[in-house]
Amino acid sequence: MSNKTLSFLMMDGPFEQARTTTSFRIIAAAIARGYNVNVFAYEGAVSLSFAKQTPHANSIHGHSSEEENHPLTKDWIAALMKEAEAKGGKLDWINCGLCVDERGVTEAIAGCRRGAPKDFWQWATESDATLVIGTK
Amino acid sequence: MKKYFLIESRNPWDSQQVDRNYQIAADLAKAGNEVTLFMVENAVLATRSSAKTNGLTNLKQVKLLADDFSLKERGIMPSEIFAGIEVASINAVVDAMANKQKMIWL
Repeated sequence: MSNKTLSFLMMDGPFEQARTTTSFRIIAAAIARGYNVNVFAYEGAVSLSFAKQTPHANSIHGHSSEEENHPLTKDWIAALMKEAEAKGGKLDWINCGLCVDERGVTEAIAGCRRGAPKDFWQWATESDATLVIGTK
Repeated sequence: MKKYFLIESRNPWDSQQVDRNYQIAADLAKAGNEVTLFMVENAVLATRSSAKTNGLTNLKQVKLLADDFSLKERGIMPSEIFAGIEVASINAVVDAMANKQKMIWL
């Protein structure tokens, strides 16, 4: 367990950019160290934790849903939260409420809560470091 | 002296902004700061020593790191990259944050 706390702001939506994968790699590495991690999901990133994400088959390649094994970001977040708990740390996840409403992704997985940009500002003032991962 | 940890995820042939980002790294270093540039995703394409035009070679005062996972994804061997560029894991980002460095994803 560590008393270090790192905060991140993510903006990219799921299934679009390599930055999303890289962001999760960084978060996973921080969690592996036992650090507490805060993630503020802004704009398209609020869909990362959308509970209704569903794996699908790939008819072009003739793969079933199981064979396709399509990765879902909501599952990555849930796994990281579980891993953080096992390491004695915590992954705290806030979705920007206005961004959620705009996109109609109001059903987030357990452990992800609704908030506002002021929450990110608060985290930034209290964390050891903050990294903003913007869209390009 | 401040410590800056810059992250670049694009390559200079993808966007002209990347050369300007290299210049930001160089200027921060010339101003007396300790600067690290961590290259990830397609940014590692610029680390290949076979690249003809490359602003990375002008960053003498900047510590250059290339993400090992991104290199592997693109089939780039450590022996193929410029001398002076270190291969690093994603832990380098976490360590910099834990050490309270100023973090900027360019």
